[in-house]
Formats: sequence, structure tokens, C-alpha cells
Amino acid sequence: MPPVENAELLRVQDLKVHFPIRTGGIVFGQYTPLKAVDGVSFSLKAGETLGIVGESGCGKSTLGRGILQLIKPTDGKVVFLGNEMTSMAGEQLRAQRQHMQIVFQDPLASLNPRMTVGDIIAEPLTVFFPKMSVAERKAKVKALMAKVGLLPQMINRYPHEFSGGQCQRIGIARAMIVDPKMVICDEPVSALDVSIQAQIVNLLMDLQQEFGLSLLFISHDLSVVRHVSHRVMVLYLGKVMEIASRDSIYAEPLHPYTQALISAVPIPDPDLEKNKQRIVLGGDLPSPMNPPSGCVFRTRCPRATDICAQVVPKLEEKAPGHQVACHHWGPPAQALV
Amino acid sequence: MATDITGGTKRAALIEKAGEEVQGRSLWQDAQRRLFANKMAVASMIVLGIITLMAVFADVISPHAYDEVYWDYIGVGPQWENNHWFGTDANGRDLFIRTLYGARVSLMVGIVTTLVALIIGVTYGSIAGYFGGRVDSLMMRVVDVLYSMPLMFFIIILVVVFGRHIVLVFIAIGCVEWLTMARIVRGQTLSVKRKEYIEAARASGVSTPNIIRRHIIPNVIGPVIVFVTLMVPVVILVESFLSFLGLGVQEPMTSWGVLISEGAAQMENAPHMLIFPAVFLAVTLFCFNFIGDGLRDALDPKDR
Amino acid sequence: MAAVLEVRDLQVRFATPDGEVSAVNGVSFDVNESECVGIVGESGSGKSQLFMAVMGLLAKNGRTLGSAKYRGTELVGMPVDKLNKIRGDKIAMIFQDSMTGLTPHLRIGRQMTEVLEEHKGMGGADARARALDMLNLVRIPEAARRLNQYPHELSGGMRQRVMIAMALLCEPELLIADEPTTALDVTVQAQILELMADLKRVTKAAVVLITHDLGTVAGLCDKVQVMYGGRFMETGDVRQIFYKPQHPYTKGLLSSMPRLTEDRRTTLYAIPGQPPNLQRLPAGCPFQERCEFVHQRCVDELPLLQEARPGQFKACHLESLEHPVDDPTRAAIPAEAMPPVIRDVRTA
Repeated sequence: MPPVENAELLRVQDLKVHFPIRTGGIVFGQYTPLKAVDGVSFSLKAGETLGIVGESGCGKSTLGRGILQLIKPTDGKVVFLGNEMTSMAGEQLRAQRQHMQIVFQDPLASLNPRMTVGDIIAEPLTVFFPKMSVAERKAKVKALMAKVGLLPQMINRYPHEFSGGQCQRIGIARAMIVDPKMVICDEPVSALDVSIQAQIVNLLMDLQQEFGLSLLFISHDLSVVRHVSHRVMVLYLGKVMEIASRDSIYAEPLHPYTQALISAVPIPDPDLEKNKQRIVLGGDLPSPMNPPSGCVFRTRCPRATDICAQVVPKLEEKAPGHQVACHHWGPPAQALV
Repeated sequence: MATDITGGTKRAALIEKAGEEVQGRSLWQDAQRRLFANKMAVASMIVLGIITLMAVFADVISPHAYDEVYWDYIGVGPQWENNHWFGTDANGRDLFIRTLYGARVSLMVGIVTTLVALIIGVTYGSIAGYFGGRVDSLMMRVVDVLYSMPLMFFIIILVVVFGRHIVLVFIAIGCVEWLTMARIVRGQTLSVKRKEYIEAARASGVSTPNIIRRHIIPNVIGPVIVFVTLMVPVVILVESFLSFLGLGVQEPMTSWGVLISEGAAQMENAPHMLIFPAVFLAVTLFCFNFIGDGLRDALDPKDR
Repeated sequence: MAAVLEVRDLQVRFATPDGEVSAVNGVSFDVNESECVGIVGESGSGKSQLFMAVMGLLAKNGRTLGSAKYRGTELVGMPVDKLNKIRGDKIAMIFQDSMTGLTPHLRIGRQMTEVLEEHKGMGGADARARALDMLNLVRIPEAARRLNQYPHELSGGMRQRVMIAMALLCEPELLIADEPTTALDVTVQAQILELMADLKRVTKAAVVLITHDLGTVAGLCDKVQVMYGGRFMETGDVRQIFYKPQHPYTKGLLSSMPRLTEDRRTTLYAIPGQPPNLQRLPAGCPFQERCEFVHQRCVDELPLLQEARPGQFKACHLESLEHPVDDPTRAAIPAEAMPPVIRDVRTA
């Protein structure tokens, strides 16, 4: 595990991404904001991995895209390398993209099927180093292909000729070719087979160590997040529930939602799994169009009381480096795993 | 498959070749292979090729000129001794060479007009689709307005104002056909735009014109090619119809529409005047449609 | 214990324009009464196609060879009208995507009573009452109201419950669940797993759980069958498979999963290489290309399932995983010719 330096690379402040959704009729309809990301703040140090976990609809993918300015945030700040990104546009923004790249969930869908692997990986080079000679570019692509575990002689092949795991390696190579400082990994292993997941996780961690990368690792898989992250942030309906170092969040989660999440993960161990007492949350995720008042988690929370419906809990530090947004925070009542 | 790289028996062979670049097989090459496996499409391409060659080398094949009048042979049927293989028309001109000249006009109208529609339609449609929102609404409303204009009315006005000319036919048909093309391309662009590789390109800092050029157009071109091959026969038909109505090409130049129109008038006493051009037109249309179907199957095998 | 389902040497082939694909290559097993069998495999292992073939639900270009008997009645090659009497009645299926399993334009209640009318000849009020009972059994809140709703009005977790309720309507003797929780969120998955564990106690149905998720299998199943390249690699009791895996593939799968219960390691164990290409399966063991213990015999000869320990079978030529034989014919490929990821594992 690479040591984390103290330099702050990215700071996200009260980031909001709202989508206007038309509700009601065409004539008398109105726009209701869908609050995909609603006031998220955190910071990321150089060389650090922040795991972002949550269920579908919690806004974790939107958050990644909001940080990259692929979706314009409604409000808030994204400070990357000391530059405020949300006010940037055009050329200025494009220049910043060299330092922040993204790896997608669906490996095949994220590669243009009409381009060769070499062209796909080299594309960021053609953008940021247009003067680089073709031979130099090709040499760089081949060297990186070897590094991410692809045979360099496959440079002229097309994405459909590769398996899912290999396509993800291509996606990672494309992100790495311009030497970024931060890579946002949006569910990079969810679409892959179990035996391939480990390969990709190892590759990402090796690359991080070698290049001092910072990773935002977005995933719904708590076991993978635990394996790769230094710190973990838990999202629910666009809001941060808990953020803490990996060890403290898994050993002693203070938010009831985090506790339920951890307890829900099936463990590949028959004796443990068959005898464990799960915390099973009732109901489903509420619609982000119409989130509950007060604490967004109160409708499913086993500890909810009247105050939860009235007052929005603030994200506050309850233990050193351990922030929780809950009125009734506290350690779990039972063993989780 | 690249999965062979760790394959047992193939290992040795691959290690020998290590370092040597392997050539990939693009989706285009796959489509090409499937197209050439389609017998009807291949036969259609051959027939269409022959008709095109005959049209191009019409003067070499036939001893007659297209506008030369043989006063002794007016409206006679096919005969070998005078080389009037298809007979002559009501004015005593050789029908074989006139059919081939008609092919020239019809094919040219079909292909040139379609190309014009293709260029305008793809540019317009991909821009509207990629930018979306207000730009899209505005651009597509313009298309809707133009669409609502009746074609015949439009052409008659053009002919009245500028007089009869073949170029007017190109313009008139092109003006209408690009609208459909733009709609198709816009729809395709909207679906391609949501693909992750477009997002990946944006995240890599690729500029908008390059995204459209490198990522969108190559991926919408498949359905467009299919539509183009199916559009050519439509255009040929429209031209024939215009000529049939007397709004197309100017005598003594001719087209299949003109020939069929003349033949229809003489149907009872000289049926060959109708049959030969009509057969050529029908065969050509068939060929284009078969090629279009073959291309659709080849480019999108999942649709079958 | 009597077998509900007996499968013998079942094979599934698909004709594709690029040649024949063998999805399942001869598997034999029994599913006994009130037993829960987990079929574990990665994509392309043939785990889903195996049961699609048993149910007669293969795509048009697929064909089934071999035998699959439900209580002695041969299912392979049975005419559709006879098969329909068994499907949905004696054998029911739950799919991964609850949206495809339910007809979008029919109310929940109607879809459920239809099944009862078809198989049990139950009418109007009786059928409706039974449907309501089943919805209550799967713990759907406000069950009476749900009967009048359309599938799209329900959440994913609710729809999956409805699917389970529908599958249980006719009290099937065999329930085949194909990735029942894969499309669901963690907390909803926990609800469904809890429900399935409870139902297992209540109903007498034998359950086949098809999944790639070893965690789900560990919690629900009594027996486990691990598939790879259309064959069983290892079969046995759930505790045997998880605690004493005898096949390198099973062992690799288990150790490549990051776990909540273990301390973080710097590098995960990773099975090298890619999933097999079903169009060109090697002659010998299907796992040979990715196996760290591969030797000449694996390339030449297909290993058959053999009893490794009492009740536990493996398809592997190795004597034992603890002391894999150091065969001089091993390692056919020099390390430097391999991509680094594979190289690391092999040379480690």
C-alpha cells in the first residue's frame, strides 16, 4: 500500500448536481429538481484512494461526472490542483482534463468500436501533445499496453476482438497515457467476472503505486472498496452519510445506514453466512425527486425518531477523522460480519 | 481472438511471432465478409455493375447515335440486321442507345442527388443530434417546415421560374431527400451520443468537431449507408415520374421516365417501346433494394 | 431421498454464423427433494444455458443432447404443449431481470391468477385469494393493493418478490432461480436473500440457485457445483467446496475475492488469463490455459469428475492441491512471452 502524501489534490465543496425534470402535464407542468448530488464535500490527497459507496440512485456516478465537469454542477466548488473548475469552460477546461481521467463501468461500451486499440489509447495524446510524432506516440502506446498487461502487438486490433477484462485494460491505458494525477474509477470491476475482477483491482493498485495516482473509486461492492481504499465515503440519496478511514468505517461504522450496508454483504463463508444476523432494512430507496424531509435515510432507518423528520443532520466529526451525518450516531448494536 | 495469447497449443506459434503486430479485423471488414456471403446482394451488384458499364460505354457498344432519326424505321420492333436490338421509338431513333442514355441520366440523378442529400443530411443531422436541446429543436423545426412543402408544387414552381433543366431536377429532389437523411442521422446521433465512449472522448479533452468527426459519424454511418442504397431507387423513381409528367429532362436527351412515358402512349402498336426501358428500370430498382437489404443484414446482424 | 431432476450427459450446442458453440459439454447430476443446489460459474460457463435447456427455453439456434428427467419423465425433446404442463407448475423459474419475467401491460393480480387458471383450473375469487396469500408469504406490504398494480409501478425489489410469489403459486417441486439478486442493490438483495432462506424452510421445493456470487451460494445452498467451459469442475457439499476446495479453479475463485472478514492484503490472488472461448475449447482440461499447475496430461486428456474426498468430486488430474506434482512437462510457456499480469502470478 503506497504511503499517502499530505498535499491536497482535489477539494470538493458543497457540490450540487440537480437535473430539472418535467412533472405534470405539458401545459401546466413544472420543473422539479432531481437532486442527484446534494451538497457533497470532501477532499482527496495525492496518492490517496477514496472509495465512494452507495446503492443505485445515490448519485455516486453523477458525483464523478460532476467533478470532471462532464455534467455541469448546479452549485458548489471543485478545486483541482488549486484551480476552481466549475467556472472554467472551453480550452481552459480541456487543458485541465489532462490531469484527471476516468475509467468506466462497461469496458466494451466505453471503447469506440470503429477505432483500433492503438488509436483509442493514443487519442488523449493527440489532444494534449499534437506535435508528438506518430512513431513516438506508437512507442508510448505500446509501452503502456505492455504495462497494463496487453500484448503490444495487438495494437491494430479492434475492441470487439478482446474479452471484457482486456477491454477494461484498454480503458485504463487510455486513462493513463497522459500521466494524470487523478483517475476516477466508476464501477471499474462491476461488469467483470469474479476471476477477472482481481486482475483489474491489482492492476489499478500497481499503477497507483508506480505513478503516485489518486483514485476516486466508485463502487457498490463494499468488499472491493475495502480492499482498495484509504478512506471511504458513504452516499445515500445524493448526501454524504459517513466518511472515515477504511479501518474505522469497516471496524466501527457509526451511521446506521453504513452498518446495514456492511451487514448486507454476502460473505463467501457458509458457516458465517448461514448463522449471521443481518440488519435488513425495510422498504426501498425513496425517489430522489421527492426525498424525505429532514434526514433522507429516516424512512428506512431502525433508529429514526421525530427529530429526524424535522432537522437535517449535519456531517460532523464524531471521532478523529470520522465524520457522520446522523442524529443518533453510534456503534452497531451487534456484530456485522 | 486475443484470448489465444495464453492458449495451450497455440502458444509456441504465438511466441515465435511475438513482437510482430497482429492485424485486427474491423467491423467494416466483418460487414464486408457478410455482405459478400449474401448471394442476392452479390448478384445485384454484378447486374448493377453491368448496367452502369453499359451506360458509360453506350457509344462504344451501339453503332447508332442517341438523337439520330432513321426515317425508314419508325416504331419498329427489335431487329438484328440493322443493329436496332431494341427496335426504334416513335421518332425513328434507336431504342437501345436511348435506353442506355436514359440509364445515364437516371443513375446520375439517383447517385448525385443522393450524395448531395447525404452530405447535407449527415452534417445537419449530426450537429442537431449532438448539441440537442434548443439547437436541436430549432434545426428540426426547420426540417419539419420544409417537409410540409409539397414536392410537385415545389418543382413546378422551379420549372416555371427557371425553365426546364436537368440540374433543377437534382436540386429539387436533393432539397427534399436530405430532410429524411437529416432525421435519420439525428436519431442515430442521439443514441450514439449517450454511449460511454463519447463520454470517454469528452473526458479525454477531445474537441467537439473531432468528437463528431471521429466518434459519432463513423458509428452512425452504418444505417446511413443502408438508407442511401434504398434512397437511390426512390430518387430514380421520382425522376422518372417527373419526366413522365414532362417536367424532367429536355428532348432529345432522355431518361427512363421519358422513355416509359412515350412507350406507354404507344403501348398497343409498339409494346417494345414500353417493355425495354421498364425492364431496365425495374431491374435497377430491384438491384438497389437487394443491395440495401444485404447491407442492412451485414452491418447489423443482430437485427435478423 | 428421491431425485426430482436427473440430468445425464447433457450437452447444449448453438449454431452461429461463425461455427458451432458448445455451451454445455456433458454434465450429469441429480437434484434431490428439498435440497438447495448452487450452480456457480462465470459468464460463458454455461450455467444458465444448462437450465434453459432443461426447461426447453433455448434460443432457436440451440439444440440439446443427452437426458434430463423430471421424476422419470424425459424433458429433452418433449413437445411444447406437454412441457407447458410441467413448466410453471412442477418446475418454476425466477429470472435475473424481473421486468422480462412479468408482462408489462397486465396487472399483477391478473398475471398471477392466469397461472392458477392454466395449471390448477382455479377460478376468479379462489385464484385471487391464493395470489393474495402468496404475496403475503413473500412479505409484500399492502398486498391487496399490489394485485391491481402494473409491474412498472413496483420497485425492482418488489418485482423480484412478485416473481418469487408467482413461481411458488403452484407449489412447484423444483424452483430454478437464475441470478435472482444480481440486478438488485445490496440492501434489497439482503431482503430477498432473507426471504429465500425463510421460504426454504417453509416450502418443500428443491431449489437450484444459478449465480456467479459465491457469497449468495454460501448463505443458501447445501450442495455446490462449480462450472467452467461448460463442464463441472468440482461438486460437493457447500462446506467442502468453501473450506476444502480440491480444484485449482474453485480455489482460485475463492481466493480472488476480496472479503470483509479478512485483513487487507496488498495484492489479491488473481487467476491469470481470460475466460475460455467456447468456440475453440482446448482438447484437454478447459481450465488448462489459466491453471498454475498445468502439465502435459492436462493438455492431452480431459479430466473426468472423480471422487476426491467422500461426497466431493473434482475434474482435475492433480493428486491433491496441497502437494501438486512437480511434473517436468509443466510450464510450456517462457515467462517473458507472457503479459506481465500473468507473468507475475506464474513466477510468484
